Amino acid sequence: MDILVCVKRVPTVGGVITLTADQRAIDTRASGFTISPHEECAVEEAVRLAERFGGSVTVVTLGSTAAEEQLRACLALGASAAVLIETADGVETGPIATAAALASVAAIGFDLVLLGNEASDTGDYQVGIRLAHLLGRPVATGIKSISVAGDESSLAASRVYRGTLETYPLPLPCVVTVKEGINLPRYPSLPGRLRAKRASVRRVPLDVPAAVRDVVMTRLRVPDAPAKQATVLGHGPDAVPALVAVLGEIGVLP
Amino acid sequence: MSEIPTRASAVVIGAGIVGNSLVHHLALLGWRDIVLVDKGPLPNPGGSTGHASNFIFPIEYSRLMYDLTRDSTEQYKALGVFTESGGFEVARTEARMQELRRRVTKCKAWGIPAELVTPEEVRKRVPYLEPSVILGGAYYPTVGVVDSLRAGTLMRERAQASGALTVVSGAEVLDIATEAERVTGIVTTKGEIATGNVVICCGVWSSKVAALAGARLALTPVVHQMISVGPIGLFAGTTGEISYPIVRDVDEGMYERQHGGDMEVGSYMHRPIIVPPETIPANEEAVLSPTELPFTADDFDPQLAASLDLMPELLGDEKAGIRYAINGLISMTPDGYPLLGETPEVKGLWTASASWIKEGPGCGRAVAELMSGKVPSVDVHEADVARFYPSSRTTGFARARAAEAFNKMYGIVHPAEQYESLRPLRTGPLYGRTRDLGAVCYETARWERPHWYATNERLLEKYAGRLMDRPAEWDSRWWSPVINAEHLALRDGAGLVDLSAFTILDVTGPGALAGLQRLAVAQLDVPVGRSVYTPFLNEAGRFVADLTIMRLGAGSFRVVTGAADGGRDAKWISDRLPDNARLADVSSAWATIGLWGPRSADILDAVNRDGDSRPPDTFGMTGLFELGGAVVLGSRISYVGEYGWELHVPAEQAGYLWDLLLDAGGPHGLVPVGIGVYGTTARLEKGYRAFGAELTPEYDPVEAGMTRPRVKAEAFIGKEAYLAARTAPPAALLCTLTVDSHACADGTPRYMLGGEPVLTLDGARLVDAYGRPSCVTSAGSGPSVSRHLLMAYLPAGLAEPGTPLLVEYLGEQYPVTVASRGAVFDPSGSRMR
Amino acid sequence: MTVFCLVELDSGGVAEASLRAMTLARGLAADAGAAGVTAVAFAAAPPGAAGLGAELAAYGAAEVYAVSGIDGYAPQAWARVLAGLLAAAGGAPGAGASPEISGHAVVAAGTERGNEVLAHLGAVTGLPMAANCVAAAPVPGALALVRQRWAGLLLEEAVLDAPAALLTVAADAVSPVPVSGRPAAAVVHELTATAADADLVIRAAESPDAGGGASLATARVVVGGGRGVGSADGFAPLEELAALLGGVVGVSRVVTSEGWRPHTMQVGQTGTKITPDLYLACGISGAIQHFAGCSGAKHIIAINTDPSAPMMTRADYAVVGDLHEVLPALIQTLKARS
Repeated sequence: MDILVCVKRVPTVGGVITLTADQRAIDTRASGFTISPHEECAVEEAVRLAERFGGSVTVVTLGSTAAEEQLRACLALGASAAVLIETADGVETGPIATAAALASVAAIGFDLVLLGNEASDTGDYQVGIRLAHLLGRPVATGIKSISVAGDESSLAASRVYRGTLETYPLPLPCVVTVKEGINLPRYPSLPGRLRAKRASVRRVPLDVPAAVRDVVMTRLRVPDAPAKQATVLGHGPDAVPALVAVLGEIGVLP
Repeated sequence: MSEIPTRASAVVIGAGIVGNSLVHHLALLGWRDIVLVDKGPLPNPGGSTGHASNFIFPIEYSRLMYDLTRDSTEQYKALGVFTESGGFEVARTEARMQELRRRVTKCKAWGIPAELVTPEEVRKRVPYLEPSVILGGAYYPTVGVVDSLRAGTLMRERAQASGALTVVSGAEVLDIATEAERVTGIVTTKGEIATGNVVICCGVWSSKVAALAGARLALTPVVHQMISVGPIGLFAGTTGEISYPIVRDVDEGMYERQHGGDMEVGSYMHRPIIVPPETIPANEEAVLSPTELPFTADDFDPQLAASLDLMPELLGDEKAGIRYAINGLISMTPDGYPLLGETPEVKGLWTASASWIKEGPGCGRAVAELMSGKVPSVDVHEADVARFYPSSRTTGFARARAAEAFNKMYGIVHPAEQYESLRPLRTGPLYGRTRDLGAVCYETARWERPHWYATNERLLEKYAGRLMDRPAEWDSRWWSPVINAEHLALRDGAGLVDLSAFTILDVTGPGALAGLQRLAVAQLDVPVGRSVYTPFLNEAGRFVADLTIMRLGAGSFRVVTGAADGGRDAKWISDRLPDNARLADVSSAWATIGLWGPRSADILDAVNRDGDSRPPDTFGMTGLFELGGAVVLGSRISYVGEYGWELHVPAEQAGYLWDLLLDAGGPHGLVPVGIGVYGTTARLEKGYRAFGAELTPEYDPVEAGMTRPRVKAEAFIGKEAYLAARTAPPAALLCTLTVDSHACADGTPRYMLGGEPVLTLDGARLVDAYGRPSCVTSAGSGPSVSRHLLMAYLPAGLAEPGTPLLVEYLGEQYPVTVASRGAVFDPSGSRMR
Repeated sequence: MTVFCLVELDSGGVAEASLRAMTLARGLAADAGAAGVTAVAFAAAPPGAAGLGAELAAYGAAEVYAVSGIDGYAPQAWARVLAGLLAAAGGAPGAGASPEISGHAVVAAGTERGNEVLAHLGAVTGLPMAANCVAAAPVPGALALVRQRWAGLLLEEAVLDAPAALLTVAADAVSPVPVSGRPAAAVVHELTATAADADLVIRAAESPDAGGGASLATARVVVGGGRGVGSADGFAPLEELAALLGGVVGVSRVVTSEGWRPHTMQVGQTGTKITPDLYLACGISGAIQHFAGCSGAKHIIAINTDPSAPMMTRADYAVVGDLHEVLPALIQTLKARS
């Protein structure tokens, strides 16, 4: 089966987030870039399906030329082709335009389109669904398990919601957005990395419908950290009496 | 949270391997009320220690680095955190094979087990290595890995357990308070601490922290890329951290080191990536840690292919992934050595920085000893933070040299190899003139010094047959036969030497004599107008300096020393002067021209104008005289063994005098002569010792053959030890040796360059009673005696002229003979009188 | 204008996340001068629609649509119903609305279902949708929003200028606040929807979660373990303590990466967001992604050997020490009490 995986270049965030001076982006000078954890799992799922059923895995992203770094990272993990929908540097494309751009690539030739449930940066929770509607295909979101029928005509996608297992039987072709935990993604092998370096990335221009009306970001801010100073209950096992007293105050003692 | 003390005897900033070692050794030396501060969490506060690959190869060309590595390894072993794995350096090229022979020879000098091996022998111990890729290798069985975080924790906890240390983590240093260039305390995010001693052990942050006190450190963070690949199937069955030897693929600037189930692959081959310290993220901002920056895969990709060539199956396993990849930050200094000791700018501000894991504990111990007023157990003078002049303590310099040196990390670096970046910086007043004469300049303390002159190539024909030419490329790299031609021309006629790079220190005031007397071995209470050549000793009676002091007045002395040593010497003197004496560095105001050779008196006569006065004519006399209508401070001394003068002139008059002498000297055979003659060939023929080569804190004046008939009555530092040394039989004596045959196995004559081990006739390593190996301290041509000359300390029993020995060079042994403990040319010194 | 609010039902009635959404929706309605929120609930057969009306009225509902006729959860079909209600609310979108707000609004909880249904609604109607808002207020001609990015590690200030505003409400950022005083009962409309087959292609078949166990997301006590636990076996005291306190064990990302525990136990940005009364974080240094998952805890106690670890400084209480020494002592004390 031929699978398309949509990924997004996002800053690697590991500590306190610092913003650029114009407060419109994250300062990435010391952080580098990656793709969202959900998307890493989407790539892994696609590669596993292709390993099992044969076929191809294409990764696509919207971004500046710098986003080739992320496409190559996916190629190193086993994707067979990559498409960069090229945007101007520093321009954030909203979810409506993003879905439209992805649809132009996804429309032909793919049995399954995988995305992360949401991008870790903007967290819009909608690109996959909008894309599915544009393609006229069914979509399941937040998926933690995919099981493809032997005849490759359908799949069952499932997730757990409020303690209940929800299973979505979908005909192929369809769109699925996945969440971390669906698999444990592999790391790139050395031969994989070298193949990725040699692979070519197909570039297509961004063709956005004129005057898309979407949510417009005016600025970003880091929420105030709770200004608390932890009360030290003590050191080592000697702290247990104080600890038990606090558990009592909170009201969680058995 | 934790209480922060308000006072401390010393505050050590940085809880990496160096800071932890330092507090441990301070506590052992009896310090109490020590505080260790780090902005990060423990046990891994986020500095370079936390991501180090933690392996130790004992081989180093530099004695300093070898000794620091040896001491550190012993400390790691005592802490129980060392695992021996063995290690290989493999060669892909013939040039590298020669380099490995050189390294194995150096191992012999240090007494490190090492052997050259074939590709198949490498594969026996490293079954996953592809032997067809390499020509051979060197095996070092004592290579090992350490747990540096554990070592640091143990040392820190021992200091805490002894009651000497308080540890404060999560406290960033905001300021270092000073009063009158003296440390008074620090300000942290958790409070202030009053202290007279602050030690910067901050690794990549060190220059930023030093700046808080107004001091500058020549240090820059640079990126070293490393990846970790796993799981490696072959390693699944092994226990512990490492079961296979570490491989350094030196031609590709890489290493491969097992770490549990993974293989770590590191590179020094990628483009130099310099990181300004102010851009290093805070602990809270960092994705991994502040010194594990995001991996830039493009920079590493070429190395992946190289590592796959070497270990195709193991690293080519599709199931093994790159699980961890960083642009790790490490510290680099312009000369590759750590920064140890008290900063020249601020009293009480110390540093132990730019150290690798393999030197960390040794650096900690050395600085703890220095802070305690003790002579360090490892001679660290080459790492003295004061070695860099203010002109070298710049950000731009540190970055430029780090960028240049980064790819030399695993390179084949010739001992005389020159840096190219940011040159010329320090040029004397004669620079334009010497450049016009085709001067080939070498750099010393950023001064440009003419090593030889292209215009003297015309002499090659004249002296053909006596030039001791070197057919092997390695021997002749950074060398020219013109040096030997200049040498012969100087001995035949006269030579003019540009010595503008000298460091010149004026010590003046009522306390000047008493202050300098306390430092110098020689009697300085001499008549005005005398030049005195004297060593300074440390408390152990060993060399810390070697210089010339002119008495210019009752309370006025001029100290002349080498450019490479001036920074350290100035600090040694100024730290010990009484309040009523002061030191001023006047190096930039004065130029020095050497005029030596049998015709030098004739040349001065030719220059002499009406009204000029006679120069000082007794050896050792110094005085002002008029020459060509200018005033010159002349000194009748010589470092080349010929009659003549050192002429000191104000910088703005140097050009005038140079032209005058060169014009007048032409008919007398005067030629410009470079440092190749001054510092090596003429010096070696005369057996003159050089600081840093023969004269180091490892040896004393008796061993160096520099005892004087009498010992002055006045006290001086090291006197007791010196007196004791004079009465005891010396363990070693400095000798000059001649090479008897130069032919190597294929018949090509080879010429040693220095550093080689001296061996007994049956090839055994020579070591004196203190364990000091006999190595060549200086090597060079002796054109006037037609011999290649070597200097070396030999165990006293062998230090007799006529004793036959061997010297090993690039893996082959050559016969040599002890020639003298003094001069091999004009031993009576008649030519100087 | 009309402010709709999609409410989710669970075994105890209206889900707490939906009450939070109601709270924000009510503010929007008040700003626009509307009488109250129009709540929309989907149920196979409305169980006690009157009770539902009262419960929602307490949170500002003036009207309630109890929608039946769609069997099970079918997000696209649900969205189609909401689109119908929105269209029926009157006029072309935007026309006749108050000058402050350009149109109607549909609000939902920022849950998997809330985000999913509103995204479908956005796709069906062509309207923009803003997920995980923490605040919304009218400005001339548009709506000023504050919404979460990076799972709340960052806030985005944004403007939404659309015929109707589709918003979900961040689950951990808006507290559910009932209306003061005695609210009037809401008017309950029972609506039977007929969904097109095409919309019903996406429909959940529900079954009990085989994973079982108490839910991390709703547990009252979570005992967290991180790198400091050291190994898979090291979790024994954490599990014993969680059982004693009637809670569950959660883990940091490193624990799942190391394979010590499954991802279902992960607390954090890409794991589960928790809102317990007590989060006892053991051997967790406190990466920022982890805070994104646990900042909804009412109380945090951290146990760590390093007092300067971020978890220790951001907790309410800290115990400096090795969890493998502290936890056994704590367990022993708790057992001795009972």
